[in-house]
This record gives sequence, C-alpha cells and structure tokens, in this order.
Amino acid sequence: MIEFRMPSLGADMEAGTLREWKVKPGDTVERGDIIADVETMKGIIEIEVFDAGVVEQLLVKEDEKVPVGTVMALIRPAGETAAPKPAERHVYETFKSIVNVKEEIPPVPAPAHEGLRASPLARRIAAENHLDLTTVQGSGEGGAITREDVEKAIAERDIRLKPRPAEPAPTPAASTENIRMAVAAAMSKSNREIPHYYLETSIDMSKALAWLAGANRQRPVAKRLLPVVLLIKATAKALREFPDLNAVWENGLQRKAEINIGFVISLRTGGLIVPAIRNADKKSPDDLMETLTDLIPRARALKLRSSELSESTITLTSLGDDGADAVFGVIYPPQVAIVGFGGIREQPVAENGLIGVRPVLRATLAGDHRATDGLTGSRFLAALQQLLQQPETL
Amino acid sequence: MGDKTGILITYREALKQALREALLSDERVFLLGEDVGRYGGAFAVSKGLLQEFGPERIMDVPLSESGFTGAGIGAALAGMRPIVEVMTVNFSLLAMDQIVNNAATLLHMSGGQLNVPVVIRMGCGIGRQLAAQHSHSWEPLYAHIPGLIVLSVGTHEDARGMLLSALKSPDPVVIFEYTYMLNLEKEIPADAGAVDITRAKVRREGRDISIITYGAGVYKALDAAAELAAAGIEAEVLDLRVLRPLDEASVIASVAKTHRALVVEEAWRSGGIAAEISARIMEKAFYELDAPVQRLCGVEVPIPYPKHLEDASVPQIADIVNAVKKMIKP
Repeated sequence: MIEFRMPSLGADMEAGTLREWKVKPGDTVERGDIIADVETMKGIIEIEVFDAGVVEQLLVKEDEKVPVGTVMALIRPAGETAAPKPAERHVYETFKSIVNVKEEIPPVPAPAHEGLRASPLARRIAAENHLDLTTVQGSGEGGAITREDVEKAIAERDIRLKPRPAEPAPTPAASTENIRMAVAAAMSKSNREIPHYYLETSIDMSKALAWLAGANRQRPVAKRLLPVVLLIKATAKALREFPDLNAVWENGLQRKAEINIGFVISLRTGGLIVPAIRNADKKSPDDLMETLTDLIPRARALKLRSSELSESTITLTSLGDDGADAVFGVIYPPQVAIVGFGGIREQPVAENGLIGVRPVLRATLAGDHRATDGLTGSRFLAALQQLLQQPETL
Repeated sequence: MGDKTGILITYREALKQALREALLSDERVFLLGEDVGRYGGAFAVSKGLLQEFGPERIMDVPLSESGFTGAGIGAALAGMRPIVEVMTVNFSLLAMDQIVNNAATLLHMSGGQLNVPVVIRMGCGIGRQLAAQHSHSWEPLYAHIPGLIVLSVGTHEDARGMLLSALKSPDPVVIFEYTYMLNLEKEIPADAGAVDITRAKVRREGRDISIITYGAGVYKALDAAAELAAAGIEAEVLDLRVLRPLDEASVIASVAKTHRALVVEEAWRSGGIAAEISARIMEKAFYELDAPVQRLCGVEVPIPYPKHLEDASVPQIADIVNAVKKMIKP
C-alpha cells in the first residue's frame, strides 16, 4: 500500500490544511494527477500524487490541519489486488508517520552520533508507548531526551489523531502576511546557518541579444523570447558541469539528479514565491518561455502545485531591466547556491586594445561555503559566460 | 510539628534533654568523655548533669581517646550502657582502633557471644572556623565499617530522639552531632522522644527532584527547597539519618517518584556517602532516572580557616538551588 503524505513545500513549512479532496475512495489515479488542494502559508496549492493506483482510503478530513509527513491517504498500487489489512496496522502506521514529522522537516540537521541521548526513564516510557525516540527532540542536558520530551511527543501524537474543528479560512491579507513570515523564516535561517561566499562576473550580452533579436523576428508576438529565458537555460546547462552547486546541504552535500531552477517571482502584494522550472537544462528556449508564461500568473494568484514549490535544486533571481545593476542573493535552504542577474546595461568595454560600448550583464553567485569553494563558483560563472557567447547552442 | 503542643528548643537543649532522659530511665547508662563533668562539656551539652547525677555517672576522663573509648567498650561488654562522648570527630581518629577492631568486630569474633551496646557521640561539622584539623567530616569513614550503626543528627527532632533509640541497640552505635547547629532554635513536639533509627525520612515532599542528604545538609536542603518552590520546582528532601546500614528502600522510593536525584553532603566527594547513594540508585533505579544523578560535596581540600573560604568549601543553599535548577532546566 502506498502512503500519500502531506508534502513539505519548502523548509519553512510545518503543516498544511486540507481544503478539498479531488478524489474519493475507489478512484484510479495516475502519476502527476492533482488529488487535493492544500492551504499553506503560501496559499492554496494543488497537490499531485506520485504513484499510480486506486485510492483505498482517505485518512484526513477536509479543513483538517495536519503536520508535514502525515499520511493523508492510502493508495493501492496499480496491479495489486485489494487485500484489506487489519485496521490496527493502519492506525499504527499513521502514528508512526505523525511522529516522524520532525524527521521530515530538515531545519536543524541533528548532529550525527552513534547513540541516541535519552534518559533511561525516557527510553522506558517511549518503549511502553511505542514511540520512536529518533523522532523526538531532546531538551535535556546536551540535547538528551527527557521524560517531559517523550510525554509531550506522545501527547502531540494523541491529539493529532483526534479530529479537530476546522480553522477559519484565512483572508487574503492574512495570506500575504503568511508569505512574508515564510520568507522571513527561510531567510533568517539561511543567514544564521549558511556561510555565504559571493562572486561576480560581467558578461557581454551582445551576441546573446543579437541572436534573440533574430529569433524573435520569426516568432509571433505572443511567443517571443525574453532575455531571461537564455539566462535560465545557460544557468541550467552550466550546472551540468558543476553538480556540487545543484544540490542541498542536509547532513552533508547531497547532489540532485534533476536540474530544477527555482525562479524568483515577486508578488505584487509583497513577498515572493519561487516555483521550480523542472529539468530546465533539457528544455528549449521556447519551452522555457512557455513555462514562464504559465507559471508567473499562477504564482501571482497563489495557485501553484506542490511539486512546483518543493522541487527546486537551485535558485535564480533576475531583476530585469528596471532593476539594480547586480544582486547578491540569500540562499534558500537547504539549497547551496543562488544565481543573480542584474539589469542589462550599456557599458564601455575594453577588448583587444579597443574600447567599445556593449550591453553588459552582471551575474553573481552566492554559494554555501560548506558545500563548495570559490574556485567551483568561479568556474561555474566562467562556464555561464561562455554559454551566453554561443546563444545558438542553448 | 507546629501544632499547639510544639516547643521551641535549641539543638543543644534537645541533646541535653535526651541525655537526661536516658540517665533517668536506665541506671546502667553513664556518660564518659573529656570535660563532660565539671566543665559541663566542651559544648555545654552536659552542663549541670554532674550535679544532678554525680561523678559515677558523669565521668571526666583523661585525654586519651583510645583509652576511654576502650573503657566504654569494656563497660558495654560487662553489661553497662555507656555513652562515650568524643569531643569532636577529629579526635576520634585516635580511637579508631578501638571502634573498628573491638566495637565493630567482637560480635563476629566471639561467634555471637559478645555484643557491644556502646553509644559513641561525636561533635562534628564545618562552619565554626576551626581550620583543617578540626573540621573533618568522617561520616563516610565510619559508614564504611560493617558492625557499626552510624547515625547522623540532622534535625532537632533527631537530636531529642536518636540517643534514646541508640541505647536500645544491642550493637555499637556512632552518633554524629553537628556543633554549628547547637544554638539553632527549632520547634519540636513537647512530647518528642525516641525515634526510629532504621529508616531515612522525607523531610519535605516534592515531585520534581529528590535532594538526598544528611546532617548539616538537611536544613540547607530544606531552605533550598523552599526557595525552589518559589521558582515552581517541587523538591523532595530526603534525610538519610542512618548512614549504616543505609535505608536503600527509601532512597529508591523517592527517586522512583521524582526521577531525578541530587545528593548533598559536606564530606569530600571521592568515596563518600554521596558516591554510595549514587551507585545504589544506578543499581536499583536506573530505569527511573530522567537525568544523571548529581553530587554536591565538600571541595577536596583541607578545610580552610578564613570564613569565606570555609563557606566556599562545602555546599551552601545557593549551590543546591543552582544545581537543582541546572538539572531541571538545563
């Protein structure tokens, strides 16, 4: 049986409210189907399922708020026949997953140690109540788990099992405020925990802009490409050579197989939201443009899908032509890098002993110094620059 | 305590009343020690008793701890109920051979034929600026010796009652009395008398932590517990009272209730009573513990003469409060 759990839509998310089930028991679902609407601090998000099968049981009621990691539904995998298991087991699994919540939110990587620090009494009570101690945060001396911690964890587990009255739907103003708070939490965490290093390089954009002008002439107005598409594509392609930048820091560096560019979109009401452009290195400039055209209005309406909020492997922020000359970003944890582009400006450029005026873009990289060193970042920016000199290959 | 029949009494007066009652109730009882007669006792505990009971029952002895302690043991073997007063515990080192090799062993060596019903009282404690040679805490030394019963008089109630019960014991009893408390006034029931000398006693109930102590630590722990209560921490104070044989059951019961233990004593840390209590908790109540057992003991130095250094060398109320807070809210 597949357990469908409340997804984590970012390091700052702890819980979500189920607003609507889009499926009912017995429905067949395919990978990628949207099966629920969940309200988070970032608005109402459509949640996708990642497995194909038949919905066996819905475990969370509409308007119920549950922590990240809670089993929300059970899905029987395609091909498996219905074999009802004892109800008791479901309850136990639910218990387990709820208690696992802390494990699934990675804000504070627990120090790696062999033995768990827990008092003998805490261990005894946990064993008697079938509580997994690895999920409990210790408050005792040196982070040791005490009786109080265990009793609290058991109480929380028990409370979560009981149905609770629905919370009132937040007003739009409250949602905006929530986004502000989410940004505040993530950025504070980043500044607190990530030792940033910063690099900058100036990129001559004449060739890229010339290629773009040519390409756009052959496209209808609605399909014309913006310079940012080239920046996204070049960034994604350069990352193939520097997998250490396309990664997360969770108990050490963990490279990501897909290159999913988190694209910063500022909201008109304040705050920002960062949906992922999946497999950006494999998308053509036209595909990327199409993706942006779809993403930006949905992001501003706070109508994004769960995967779009949780799958970024690096962040890209582009200020556009109205923006400042350069931007030095704050890394979105647990990612390890953020690439920043300022506005494209005409600048005097010296080349081969001559001075000319060129459109120049200042590209920056803020890197997590735990994950990579300046040399890696520097080589990455050089590769990015090279790619933008050959726009036709993008 | 604190009822209508309570009386306010000094620790010294409580000890004296116990002595008088013992002398009055059993003709076999007599007191021997340095300066106990004409001088009225080095700490005035036996003042007036010579006049009341005469020189055969209140006996001044030469300055020879080994000699008069041996005499007391001999008298006990001969059927008397002697009370030997060793002026201070510091001088008892000179009597240790008698206490360890005779009093504590004769029942065993004689195959059960000779029991030694002697009571040996010793003034002890720290806090009167008597410097290194007069400030020993030898409770752990005596508590180490099988064959002895070792009592620690931590309260006025016990000052009034322990001697009477000790005199009923067929075996040798060593009683530690704390001289710095002599002038301290507390209320005890007017009809206070003999007390149990087999069990520890909970002096204050609490649920958050057990402060396990004895002797001079009892009132300090109670004061600390009162202060902690104001901070929302309910500390239980367990007065061990009997240092040998230890009342393990009361220790375990208290720890099973509070799940944390701080052991407080004035004696030096290494090899002390606190070490023994800690080990027993580990052996018998490990799965009740929610935090490591902690000890507050005397600093391992010869006890200094200057007041501030002397105070710093043994646990004080503030030290107990701090240690408890650290254990409960790290």
